Amino acid sequence: MAAITEWLDERLGWNAIREFAAHKSVPVHSATMWYYFGGITLFLFTIQVLTGVLLLLYYRPSPTEAYESVQFIVTRVEFGWLVRSIHSWSANLMILSAFIHMFSVVFLHSYRRPRELTWLSGIALLGLALGFGFSGYLLPWNKLSYFATKVGTDMAGSVPLIGHQIARFLRGGDDVGGGTLTRFFGFHVAVLPGITTLLLVLHLVLVQKAGMSSPPWIKGENLPQIRFFPNFFLRELMAWYAALGVLGSLAALFPWELGEKADPFAPAPAGIRPEWYFLAPFYTLKLIPSHVWRIEGELLGLFGFGLLAVWWVLLPFWSADRRGTLRQRLVTGAGVALLAYLATFSVLGYLR
Amino acid sequence: MKPLRRGNAFLLAIVWLPLLCGAPAEHKDSCVECHTALEGNLGKPAAVFSQDVHARDGFSCSDCHGGDRNTDDPEASMSRARGFIGKPARTAIPKLCARCHSDATLIHRFKPQQRVDQLAQYQTSVHGKRLAAGDGAVATCIDCHSVHDIREVRDALSPVHPLRLPETCARCHADARHMAPYKIETNQFEQYRTSVHWEALAKRGDLSAPSCASCHGNHGAAPPQVASVANVCGTCHVLFEELYNKSPHQPVFSAMGTGGCTVCHGNHGIKQPSLAMLSGSGAVCAQCHDATSKGGATAAQMAALLGRLQEALAKSDEVLNRAHSDGMEVSEAQMRQLEGREALVKARVAVHAFQTAAVEQPANQGLAIAAETLRAGQSALEERNHRRRGLALSLITILITMGGLWLAIRNLEAKPEAAPKSARR
Repeated sequence: MAAITEWLDERLGWNAIREFAAHKSVPVHSATMWYYFGGITLFLFTIQVLTGVLLLLYYRPSPTEAYESVQFIVTRVEFGWLVRSIHSWSANLMILSAFIHMFSVVFLHSYRRPRELTWLSGIALLGLALGFGFSGYLLPWNKLSYFATKVGTDMAGSVPLIGHQIARFLRGGDDVGGGTLTRFFGFHVAVLPGITTLLLVLHLVLVQKAGMSSPPWIKGENLPQIRFFPNFFLRELMAWYAALGVLGSLAALFPWELGEKADPFAPAPAGIRPEWYFLAPFYTLKLIPSHVWRIEGELLGLFGFGLLAVWWVLLPFWSADRRGTLRQRLVTGAGVALLAYLATFSVLGYLR
Repeated sequence: MKPLRRGNAFLLAIVWLPLLCGAPAEHKDSCVECHTALEGNLGKPAAVFSQDVHARDGFSCSDCHGGDRNTDDPEASMSRARGFIGKPARTAIPKLCARCHSDATLIHRFKPQQRVDQLAQYQTSVHGKRLAAGDGAVATCIDCHSVHDIREVRDALSPVHPLRLPETCARCHADARHMAPYKIETNQFEQYRTSVHWEALAKRGDLSAPSCASCHGNHGAAPPQVASVANVCGTCHVLFEELYNKSPHQPVFSAMGTGGCTVCHGNHGIKQPSLAMLSGSGAVCAQCHDATSKGGATAAQMAALLGRLQEALAKSDEVLNRAHSDGMEVSEAQMRQLEGREALVKARVAVHAFQTAAVEQPANQGLAIAAETLRAGQSALEERNHRRRGLALSLITILITMGGLWLAIRNLEAKPEAAPKSARR
């Protein structure tokens, strides 16, 4: 064993890694439980990769075969239903967990100096997760996913000047079709995973470099600490097992529906709506009148969401004044307002 | 006479040029102008005429009533010398309308596909024949199409729009006083409103569903003769007619002088067919066939086959729906179930051959499908139970592992050296 450790140390600096792990600590306070959500998101992402690879063994990305291949997976392949159901549920739980992680970072003010890059990489990862959701939704090629993609790419098409080009790039043509499916498949299994892996490594390195942040209202230099390894890691492992239990229960009790095969010539089904994490902006855009003064309503909405996104991404840079004092109440208020907006409009969008 | 000055000639050219070029000119219509100002029966026609399809196409009162609409002098405009006929006699109305509606050249200017044989048809109808015999109380064109506010058939406000036609016919045919001299029953509309045809037309809004004119004809309206009833029904129910014509019932019913389909199904109040028509105390077959007779036995056998198939499909449906609502993927079996239901439809149609063997073939085919889909549903439910057992085992394993981890953490943290030193902010 010692020989192997020495061999690894010579090549990888194994002892330095062990030393780092042995000294890494996590502060213990009333909000420590929120630290677990980053790890849970990572765990669910790993599940996504594993189940995604298994689905790839049977999935065929063409309009004539996509639906049938997913149907084959869930009806004929041994445990195929479980793999597909876990992949779908895990995708949703991962995005939920990522949102919880983001809002816990906001409310615990963990984004503040020197963790601005950690925040930025995290937000980019959330954006990529949404991209995974959007591209993966189309892959079973069912009626709902087909029309939701049509609506989604239509929205992209209304961006001024470059909207048409964006829509064509996403669709691989003028309309959603076979070109869109192969393109989305490419994004989903190659482009997005590649970028995500790089960003994830960066995000984790940044977290290790800056260490775990404590909320500003917890004073004192000598906060109680626990070792990251094995104490915090074992707790995190418990959280992963709990997540696995929830995921398994959802997948077994409520297997993800396949729906009806997409028919591009059929009329759009009534009550069409996107996945829950896109419901709030979708419903907002529906509420905006077709024209506000002389500006097209949808365009105005997209512009508003663009501004909101930029403002939110730049949170670490406006959260402190020139003297470096944290605008704690402003950030908390903004976080509460955004959370309230997302929750309310998602529920309203679901009910309408 | 003074020579035409250049300026006057120019003015004259401006006035006449549009007319010479064929630009639409507003025609004077003294009939509408005066009658609009009148009250009561003399004012009503002018008040509603703007909604009339004839007004839209440029026709006016004088095209039917004669007279001269270009003069404001009532004496002159309504003079016999200018062709004024006043209110036409009821007996004259069909021919009056036919002056244009039987003129293919004229009608094709407005509607190239419109038929021009309405008068010829009307003359073959019971209405037409009685009118020709001098009975002015029968229906003429205006009784169905209205008078001064005639609309196109496709207009939902037209009294002959498919959705309104039964009520229009019923205005006379459900009126006991009106029908008394003809000794015609007045319950047709009441019966029709209990029928499957009315349900399709009025409740489901299916404009192709049969109403009065579909079976009796419109302009040539007449009750179908006994021998032609099956042909009338067969216009829509093609397969039924074919089977009936080859069946043992056809020659018998013809010899008896009864009208085929109506013997079992009735006429105006046709109900949704059910197994009760074949077997049981109220069965229509039992009206002629004793239960112990060959016909009675055939009816019972056909009813039993259909009953078994219906029951088998309902059972499969129930199991498949339960499996589907529990999240199981059973779409293939559900698609197959549609084929089973198709077999049931075929078996029901085959009843009209009145031979057990004819029903047996599609019924057995349907039963085989129902058995197959039932097995698929049951195996989906077994799979669901299997999954739930697997989930329970997995959850127990997860809980035990979590318990073990918790004990490990407790054990670990019971040792005093655990906590490292500094806190990062």
